[in-house]
Amino acid sequence: MTNLSILIIVPILTAIAVLFCRNTMQIKWTSFIGSIVQLCMASGLMFSYISERALGNTAQMLFQQRYSWYSALNIEYFVGVDGISVAMIMLTSFVVVAGILISWSVQTLTKEFFFLLLLLSVGAYGFFISLDLFTMFFFLEVAVIPKFLLIAVWGSGKKEYSAMKLALMLMGGSVFVLIGLLTTYFNTNINGLHTWDLLQVAHAQIPLQTQMYIFPFLFVGFGVFTALFPFHTWVPDGHSSAPTAASMFLAGISMKLGGYGALRVATYLMPEAAQEYSWIIVLLATIAIIYGSFATLMQKDLKYMNAYSSISHCGFILLGIGMLTKIAIIGAVLQMVSHGVMTALFFGAIGMIYERTHTRQLSDLGGLLKVMPFIGTVYVITGLCSLGLPGLSGFVAEMTVFVGAWQRPDAFHRTATILAAASIVVTAVYILRAAGKAVMGPITNQHYLELKDANWNEKFASVLLIIGILAIGIAPFWLYNLIAPDAQIIMENLTRGGIVN
Amino acid sequence: MLSQNYIALIPLLPIISFLFIGLIGRAYFPKFCGLIGTLSLLISFSLSAILAYQFFFEIGKVNGVYQKIIALKYTWLQFTPNIAIDMGILLDPISVMMIVIVTFISLMVHIYSLGYMHGDHRISTYYTFLSLFTFSMLGLVLSSNIFQIYIFWELVGVSSFLLIGYYYDKPSAVAASKKAFIVTRFADLGFLLGILVLSYYSETLDFQTLIQRLTTNGTYLSGIATASFLGASALTWGLMLVFMGGAGKSAMLPFHIWLPDAMEGPTPVSALIHAATMVVAGVYLVARLFPVFVMCPIALDIVAYVGIISSLFAAIIACTQTDIKRVLAYSTMSQIGFMMFALGVSGYAGEEGTGFMASMFHLFTHAIFKALLFLGAGSVIHYVHSNDMKDMGGLRKMMPITHITFLLACLAIAGIPPFAGFFSKEEILTACFHANKFIFGAAVLTAGLTAFYMFRLYFNIFWNKDFKSHHTHEEHHHGEAPKSMLFPLMILAGLSVIAGFVPFNKFVTADGAGFETEFHLGFAIGPVLLAIAAILLAWKMYAKENSMSDNVSNSIKGLYTSAYRKFYFDEIYLFITQKILFNLIGRPAAWVDKNIFDGLMNLIASITETVSGSIKTYQSGKAQDYAIYFFAGTLGFVLLFIYLWI
Repeated sequence: MTNLSILIIVPILTAIAVLFCRNTMQIKWTSFIGSIVQLCMASGLMFSYISERALGNTAQMLFQQRYSWYSALNIEYFVGVDGISVAMIMLTSFVVVAGILISWSVQTLTKEFFFLLLLLSVGAYGFFISLDLFTMFFFLEVAVIPKFLLIAVWGSGKKEYSAMKLALMLMGGSVFVLIGLLTTYFNTNINGLHTWDLLQVAHAQIPLQTQMYIFPFLFVGFGVFTALFPFHTWVPDGHSSAPTAASMFLAGISMKLGGYGALRVATYLMPEAAQEYSWIIVLLATIAIIYGSFATLMQKDLKYMNAYSSISHCGFILLGIGMLTKIAIIGAVLQMVSHGVMTALFFGAIGMIYERTHTRQLSDLGGLLKVMPFIGTVYVITGLCSLGLPGLSGFVAEMTVFVGAWQRPDAFHRTATILAAASIVVTAVYILRAAGKAVMGPITNQHYLELKDANWNEKFASVLLIIGILAIGIAPFWLYNLIAPDAQIIMENLTRGGIVN
Repeated sequence: MLSQNYIALIPLLPIISFLFIGLIGRAYFPKFCGLIGTLSLLISFSLSAILAYQFFFEIGKVNGVYQKIIALKYTWLQFTPNIAIDMGILLDPISVMMIVIVTFISLMVHIYSLGYMHGDHRISTYYTFLSLFTFSMLGLVLSSNIFQIYIFWELVGVSSFLLIGYYYDKPSAVAASKKAFIVTRFADLGFLLGILVLSYYSETLDFQTLIQRLTTNGTYLSGIATASFLGASALTWGLMLVFMGGAGKSAMLPFHIWLPDAMEGPTPVSALIHAATMVVAGVYLVARLFPVFVMCPIALDIVAYVGIISSLFAAIIACTQTDIKRVLAYSTMSQIGFMMFALGVSGYAGEEGTGFMASMFHLFTHAIFKALLFLGAGSVIHYVHSNDMKDMGGLRKMMPITHITFLLACLAIAGIPPFAGFFSKEEILTACFHANKFIFGAAVLTAGLTAFYMFRLYFNIFWNKDFKSHHTHEEHHHGEAPKSMLFPLMILAGLSVIAGFVPFNKFVTADGAGFETEFHLGFAIGPVLLAIAAILLAWKMYAKENSMSDNVSNSIKGLYTSAYRKFYFDEIYLFITQKILFNLIGRPAAWVDKNIFDGLMNLIASITETVSGSIKTYQSGKAQDYAIYFFAGTLGFVLLFIYLWI
């Protein structure tokens, strides 16, 4: 599996095939099989990547392909992967399979629903493999538009408002990104030509003054996607109005587009500016972590809870990036993967509960473990992952961020680390509060006694994601070793002008 | 050389049993899950016993000093070439002693639960959790890496959460399990930060390297000792933070509030977790890092004072409680306090290390008699169907075996010779006497109180008024408990009598070398007489129904009420969490988010909407409007040109 373009061609073909399906059964199975093929290809990619590295291939990006796309502006279709993108591709393929399975019971406009889900995954895959900044931006946009429709059409609650808010804020973020990218483009000069080539831009030595005004655009633009404080307000409304699968995609994949971009584009390409601005990133990330977790404490709706806790957890991604140490950056990537799988499972579990009880209010729920042992257990497991239980993925990611952050010995970074670490206590409080009320405790509503436990598709999806959580949690070294060399490269670029002070 | 293949099996068997029961057994043959769990633990215990024999008598000792042996080590996460989280097995006297205790007590609890939990339809889940707990605890004590111990520390926390909340449809059980998890989690935050501090300066996470670097003079030690923050050195901070984690698990002040509530779990679980094994994790942690603690007298003093204050505090509360499991819970806290301050007053080498040895000795004997007390209490509760001692009385006739074993355990914890607790307590008092007279005095007082409240419990359960069952059904008068419950009671009772004769000073010492202790009659006789006096007092007050105890409690009403209300610690915590965390931080954060930040975004949107709403009227579609705009615009430009160029 070394032809990266297949990763975007297969979901496109699946999406087209879905358009020609005649009944809902065909639609679902086509999407499901397509996503499974995608999962197999992603796994194949990972194994070929690892074996290629084992053979001693030290190129920064493997499996490169390059075609000119719009030569007047030097835009190319240029793809390639390193360990970080392989990890993100694996994450995406897991979440897509699970999201499609969870959507098995979608009744209205099934064809359009699955088509949009697949289109969204095209955007995500394309984004993660792109090495041409413009192509990357193109795929980022592809991943945004379907979300608006998914929420506005299939959502619940004040869905039009939420869809509009989400789309506008993410578009605003994209505009920032675009401005940043255009400025970058015009400030590069490779043999007399401007370039979008990520690898070339990284070594283009853009002067510090220019970087200083490009970096905020890029970082804030991508930051909006990953709930950078104070641009996080689309998260709670967007997630809670979205249909289950869209929530899973949104939190599991879309928010990671931002984290990946903030690391790969903003930090990697503008290393000197990243050093100058890093204290602001750390500050905002710490605020997001603490503030998100306390805001979660007061939520009464399961989805709002999980959305706010995502703000807090995504803060760890930005904190890891802002700390500018190798371990912390690895921690940030681990947190992206871990949070992606975990939160997809979380939203999946909430969706399963909502579909049966028709409520997400904490005060109405109670004792679900008794009637739905499987779903209840899934909820508890993902909750434990969220609060950082060893053996599950969240622990590994958070601890790596902490260990990395602790390498910065000055008072400011220490304080930020301690505050961030303190949030894990608050996390325990809100997770156990929700689990103790909704899943455990006495049954609050006699109708619940007739509810059915998960069906095969829901079980399949949950088990798949739980395997992901366990694989990272029990044996983190494979993922860690996959990422570490690339974090090293980013670090080398960061410290090219001198040691991080 | 040690044959290492089987050592890994000791912790692995419980996790295999956990996976097997949890994934397969629970669904297909729930009836046999208990037996599978028990069997795997029996093997695990046998292997531990063999290992202990080999370690203590065959291979552990080199030149008269017990070695620290790394039996296994796998790298789990390599952060930097120096800093790595390993999963390993470290064998030294304390870890070998601990695995024997953990597997043994766990085995007893497994057997006991076969009878106690009989008929519970979730019994397979129960055994799943028990296996998980045993695995985590074994992983904890065998850890060779400070991060590994943290990992298993958290796993122990979550297994206890699952076990306390086993009756998950009971709100009080859910609340207790939440409380236990969150309080210990808060303390664990300190542990985590402590690990970060210690590892930052020692540049390692490996226990042996860390201890070696922080106890020998060199750059590492001088680095950590000179770096200071708020007037204390980084070493002090690191150790205090680590001890904070230990205090959380071991229910020391002020993190003790979870322990009494944790009695909501099934009683055998209380015996296993909240008496014999999990709560000593904090003591074990301090013992594990003891060489480093010795380098920092301030941290050691804190350990000592937290230990003695918790011990006395808990003993006073225990005298007033009427729920028998709560009395036992507070007695546990008090006894753990003994182990803590024994460590706190101890030195490192030779006879100065008496405190360390005595602490481990007390940990050993306490595990046996406290498990016995809890299992005995379980047997009583099984019979009476109540936890309150007001519902009990005169049970010696109905349950003779429980009665005798319980009496032996009470004598052991009260420190009456020749039972197990006497020897370990005597060593602790000796160590205190030499180190710190204040702690010695308080310790003797606490020992006296211990004898009093234990026999208050004993007389109230087995003597006092005659037992009148509230149930008239035949089934409730089933007499003594089933054999599977009595068997562990008898074994543990036997051990409570003889465990004190184990020569700990030869085996488990701080520096690994044995030393001679003399039996000091002078130290022994005072506390024993005090204990006997306390027992007699308890006999006078509680053996027969009388009003004496009420009179006493009325005469010291203020103290009695505050002790009965546990010195209002729960209320203080409730105030902090509800009023401060929820109302002063959580609520404003949620409000600010909804109104300020979200409001800002909505404001931008509504401004855009208003502006576009007001300018869209200019596109009216009427020709005369456009004509006016056209002429107005032209006129404007003309005026502009005139202004600029003329």
